[in-house]
Amino acid sequence: MAKGIWVFVEQRDGKIKKVTYELLSAGRKIADSLGEELCAVLPGKGVAGLAPGLGEYGADKVFVLESDALEKYTTDGYANALAGLAKEKEPSAILMGCTVTGRDLAAQVAQKLGTGLMTDCTDMALEDGQLVFTRPIYAGKAFVKASCPEARPVMATIRPNVLSIEGTQAGRPAEVVAVDTATGDIRQAIKDIVLQISTRPELTEADIIVSGGRGMKGPENFKILEDLADVLGAAVGASRAAVDAGWKPHSFQVGQTGKTVSPVVYIACGISGAIQHLAGMSSSKCIVAVNKDPEANIFKVADYGIVGDLFEVVPIMTEEFKKLLAG
Amino acid sequence: MNIVVCMKQTFDTEAKIALDANGKINKQGVSLIMNPYCEFAVEEALRIKEKHGGEVTVVSVGGPEAQDALRQALAMGADKAVLVDPGMEEVDEFTTATILAKAISGLQYDIVLGGFRAIDDGSAQVAGRVAEILGLPVVNVVTKLEIADGKATATKEIEGGSQVLEVALPAVFTAQKGLNEPRYPSMKGIMQAKKKPMEKKTLADLGLDAGQVAPKVKALSYFLPSARAAGKIIPGEPADAARDLVKALREEAKVI
Ligand SMILES: Cc1cc2nc3c(=O)[nH]c(=O)nc-3n(C[C@H](O)[C@H](O)[C@H](O)COP(=O)(O)OP(=O)(O)OC[C@H]3O[C@@H](n4cnc5c(N)ncnc54)[C@H](O)[C@@H]3O)c2cc1C
Repeated sequence: MAKGIWVFVEQRDGKIKKVTYELLSAGRKIADSLGEELCAVLPGKGVAGLAPGLGEYGADKVFVLESDALEKYTTDGYANALAGLAKEKEPSAILMGCTVTGRDLAAQVAQKLGTGLMTDCTDMALEDGQLVFTRPIYAGKAFVKASCPEARPVMATIRPNVLSIEGTQAGRPAEVVAVDTATGDIRQAIKDIVLQISTRPELTEADIIVSGGRGMKGPENFKILEDLADVLGAAVGASRAAVDAGWKPHSFQVGQTGKTVSPVVYIACGISGAIQHLAGMSSSKCIVAVNKDPEANIFKVADYGIVGDLFEVVPIMTEEFKKLLAG
Repeated sequence: MNIVVCMKQTFDTEAKIALDANGKINKQGVSLIMNPYCEFAVEEALRIKEKHGGEVTVVSVGGPEAQDALRQALAMGADKAVLVDPGMEEVDEFTTATILAKAISGLQYDIVLGGFRAIDDGSAQVAGRVAEILGLPVVNVVTKLEIADGKATATKEIEGGSQVLEVALPAVFTAQKGLNEPRYPSMKGIMQAKKKPMEKKTLADLGLDAGQVAPKVKALSYFLPSARAAGKIIPGEPADAARDLVKALREEAKVI
């Protein structure tokens, strides 16, 4: 019988993504209820040192898949390694973060294992002993609860920032198991990687997002938002209008055809609140809007609004936050 | 260079979503469009064809209404369309991918393209599954694609940047926004599309039975998000309003 809840440990250059800890923490509770083991699966090169620390977040066991071929993420390398191990150990569930990598990997692994996959989930729970996942559809305009009744493992990718990290125990040990890894033929050859050096958090993982729209009037004015973002340790986002105008790359776009975000605070500046934009951010915990048009749709979803010129309001907000956070 | 594009018809992005009497998504009266990400895929296929020659086939799994989206692709310039109606009430990504892969396996292809996700179920896994079934490499979320000497050089989006990958053809690619600017069908294109072949198939035509494509995932229930209540407008001159806002975020909402 399939046994064990697995969490894919996503790391890049030895740094583990926060969503991994979120999954371990939530997975711990599920594993306890089912009386199963919680296993972290850690592929990479030179990553064994990361393994023991995962016990603290709830992992009973860490499978370390070390290989030169796993130094950088490739679809084939990681999917072969993970599916190979899953075929051998037959876990009952595999959870991953819904990140660019998790999404890419999960589909391949699910098909290799001939199982079902629920992506981009915002919640998971046990109902009558069965894992049930909640996922937004129509860009968050509706939700579906779904399960994978028969095929195993049950697979899901879960959005960063929706599960909380609770009950960590410093020094809690995890059994570290090194496994032989078969990465197979890797058909995607990496020619180049270009990373924008940013001191700001990743949009989908950020606790606070400061976003700008057409009301920013030009690319140079995003400096105002960046100043605010830096005081708050926030990420910067944009509406499609700002992206289409070429003021920010598409990777900044929030909305139905951009990123879906659920930060604690979303500050929308000069954004009207079109339905496609709201689809990407309306699950934020607290929405703040600054817009000079009192009729702007964004005020219908905002917890706090200021009707005014963002060029006046935002710099003062930055100063006020600076004072507050210094105090 | 023969190219197959997997394509999906979806609700319009403007669509308001409601539930029907059975608690399922109400499809009545909703206007339907070609999934925007599939549009990028169709456009890319046409550009590759214009450069390298060959044929573009668009394939979709869906009911008869999906012909509209396929016709749009034909009007943009695709050569032929295949529509497989699974005739099933419930499908999942495994179902769709299995059917698409079977339909594609009967075609000539060097490149298979699709949108990286659909804006309705947003699952972003069908093309990857198709690649797996066909034994092809996949590169997802592609923002640039160059074809030369039987190989493709694809730029894909990764967190915080981009990555350039090389794969030998045949291969599967999924389109991200930024790949291109899709063309509008011309009047001539729309007229021509009416005469282009549209094959309609059933599972049996593909040699599949319902058991082989039975969904793995089961939808249990649907619900709508609770409407966000409009909050408060903070009055006053910019300086006062900004100060009060910062205070409210700390003391009232307790989020900063
Ligand atoms: C298929 C499809 C997909 C889409 N996907 C997305 C998506 O993913 N994300 C997205 O964002 N949009 C998306 N859109 C576009 C969406 O419909 C809107 O056009 C877009 O969100 C508008 O961006 P905006 O709010 O920045 O611009 P506008 O709607 O032009 O609003 C600008 C706002 O700025 C305010 N303003 C101007 N000057 C100032 C000032 N000095 N101070 C304060 N306020 C000011 C104005 O009052 C106005 O409300 C999509 C559309 C389609 C058709």
